[in-house]
Amino acid sequence: MANQEHAHSTATEHKDLSALAADGSYDASPPLVTGNLAFDDITEMVSKHAEKKKTPLMWWILFGIGLAGSLMLFALLAYKIWNGVGVWGNNQPVGWGWPIVNFVWWVGIGHAGTLISAILFLFRQQWRTAINRSAEAMTIFAVMCAGIFPAVHVGRIWVVYWMFPVPNQMEMWPQFKSPLMWDVFAVSSYFTVSLLFWYVGLVPDLATLRDRAKTFWRKRVLGFLALGWTGANRHWRNYEKSYLILAALATPLVLSVHSVVSFDFATSVIPGWHTTIFPPYFVAGAIFSGFAMVLTLLIIARVAYNLENIITINHLEKMNIIILVTGTLVGFAYITEFFIAWYSGVEYEQYAFLNRAFGPYAWAYWIMMACNLITPQLFWFKKIRRSIPAMFTLSIIVNIGMWYERFVITVTSLHRDFLPSSWGYYAGTWVDVLTFIGTMGFFLTLFLLFLRFAPMVAMAEVKAVLPEADPHHYEEGDGHGTGADVAFIQPAQETESSPDTDPDDAPPPPDAS
Amino acid sequence: MIDDLTRQVKASMGIFESREEDDVYGLLAEFSNPSTLMHAAESVRERGYSHFDTHSPFPIHGMDRAMGLGNSKVGYFTFGGGLTGLIVGYWLQWWTAAVDYPLNISGKPLFAIEPSIPIIFEVVVLFSAFGAVAGMFALNGLPRPYHPLFYSERFKKATDDGFFLHIAASDTQFDQNDTAQMLRDIGALNVELIQDDGVADA
Repeated sequence: MANQEHAHSTATEHKDLSALAADGSYDASPPLVTGNLAFDDITEMVSKHAEKKKTPLMWWILFGIGLAGSLMLFALLAYKIWNGVGVWGNNQPVGWGWPIVNFVWWVGIGHAGTLISAILFLFRQQWRTAINRSAEAMTIFAVMCAGIFPAVHVGRIWVVYWMFPVPNQMEMWPQFKSPLMWDVFAVSSYFTVSLLFWYVGLVPDLATLRDRAKTFWRKRVLGFLALGWTGANRHWRNYEKSYLILAALATPLVLSVHSVVSFDFATSVIPGWHTTIFPPYFVAGAIFSGFAMVLTLLIIARVAYNLENIITINHLEKMNIIILVTGTLVGFAYITEFFIAWYSGVEYEQYAFLNRAFGPYAWAYWIMMACNLITPQLFWFKKIRRSIPAMFTLSIIVNIGMWYERFVITVTSLHRDFLPSSWGYYAGTWVDVLTFIGTMGFFLTLFLLFLRFAPMVAMAEVKAVLPEADPHHYEEGDGHGTGADVAFIQPAQETESSPDTDPDDAPPPPDAS
Repeated sequence: MIDDLTRQVKASMGIFESREEDDVYGLLAEFSNPSTLMHAAESVRERGYSHFDTHSPFPIHGMDRAMGLGNSKVGYFTFGGGLTGLIVGYWLQWWTAAVDYPLNISGKPLFAIEPSIPIIFEVVVLFSAFGAVAGMFALNGLPRPYHPLFYSERFKKATDDGFFLHIAASDTQFDQNDTAQMLRDIGALNVELIQDDGVADA
């Protein structure tokens, strides 16, 4: 009796839901693209920015700033290479100062791009299509900025090739047992794979630009870069598989890269560094800071380029949720480190952490705690998650906090080593500060060039998530449960006479030929 | 025999040859949306055509089945790349440390697998990615900057919002008039005859 009632109520519920779905009043998820755009609207909205003849004044102003920063960067690098590492604040026992902090900060920022393009792709998070192109560009540029620091930090940059297994007159090889060598391989593989992934994603969109090109040089350059892409289904088939595989490769790669970066610290015997929590903690921090950077960049770009219908407030809110989650993870790791230092019973470890929170660098520690653990908690409130000014401010705060995290880890652990006579207070010099600011200018320059000349949104992917892209969309009703949609993709050899084919949908019978 | 095989492999990449006598490359039909294109592809296949392809601005879900295409072979290339990476990554670290320039450090083994894992892993990922991308372009016959379909002005829409079906003249069933009529019957908005003499001109 009870069973019957239950069955009855479920049936009614089911019917109600399908009735709602049929008249369109019930929708489980908000649309990914707003404003009722057609395929052509998307092409137009995205391509026009890469095609317009007149560059906006604001672009030139920002580009000027970026270029000035880049020039400053290169001048300071030349200054440093000429004079040696002494122009930086690094000295024993703080052999790693700003350069490694900046390196880890930039690499970490890059990781959000891979997370968006690869991990969210594997999880079928279709909202990523609006932001993955620019996030991947950010990855590539951030890794370029990151790579500058270790390359220059080696001191004699003219023998930087010693880091690679290049046969040389000394008949010597790199020491592959060193985590720093692992880092060389991890970061260079990461850069190469990110670049490949980005380019593969770009090919169909470059073909779109090619087919719209009007001038002699645009036709030729884009024709070269698009590789003759025609959108053939025989090509899409291999393309999609290759894209899926690249995503599946990039996912463990990105996790390994920041784990290896953390090995630079964790495999040492320095109290404060020698902890097993480092790999996951660094990865979470990387995603955290990277999402903040994507947010900072996209909030500006979507307004500047009128892409509010493609990069919607829902996208931004989702990113804020990820920032909240990863920020809390990172905060949890900070607290775990403290607990383990106490629980280990090792007095050096305990001292390192007490010194971190209450010693001469307490100011940096509490900036880190405030920016990374406390302020992101504001994203629990939906109003704040959906407020552009609030999220912009918070994203900047997270970027500052994550820089301080690396500073705290590096400097507080080193400045009081095992020998109290060498204890001191480390500070970066003006060269350190301006070189770091210079890399931001370099990043801005590259990102602006990307916005100006490349399709900044993956057009083919956004089109593919529109409801009109689904062949079932054109069926009657909601396209499900009518039976007709099952039959028409049924291959002929499986159902010879296809008796269950709806006569309206079936192709006309073959001619007598 | 070899020629036939080459033709088949090329057809799988979407590269078809024009008819020798009149340079006819094939027929290009435009359809209104992804759904009609998929119906069309299915009925073209049911009529026994094999040298045809659809062109759309984005991949259409279900089109592989409609066209009767199997699983992509990119995975094999990736696996090959990964295997090469595994061998290279292992060999590089072993040969340099244990054979070419052995350094005795406190009598420790010259080579051990444990500290070699990170680099082996990175090299495997790198080579697999090379395999996946190179394999994809190879299977697609790209780069191929010259393509006969580019002669059609309308075909520019294939990367914007156009949905096209192309039947190549090299198909055994191809007949200029009958095939065109068939395409119209299954709902083509327009049908174009593409000719290609194999010589690119600007």
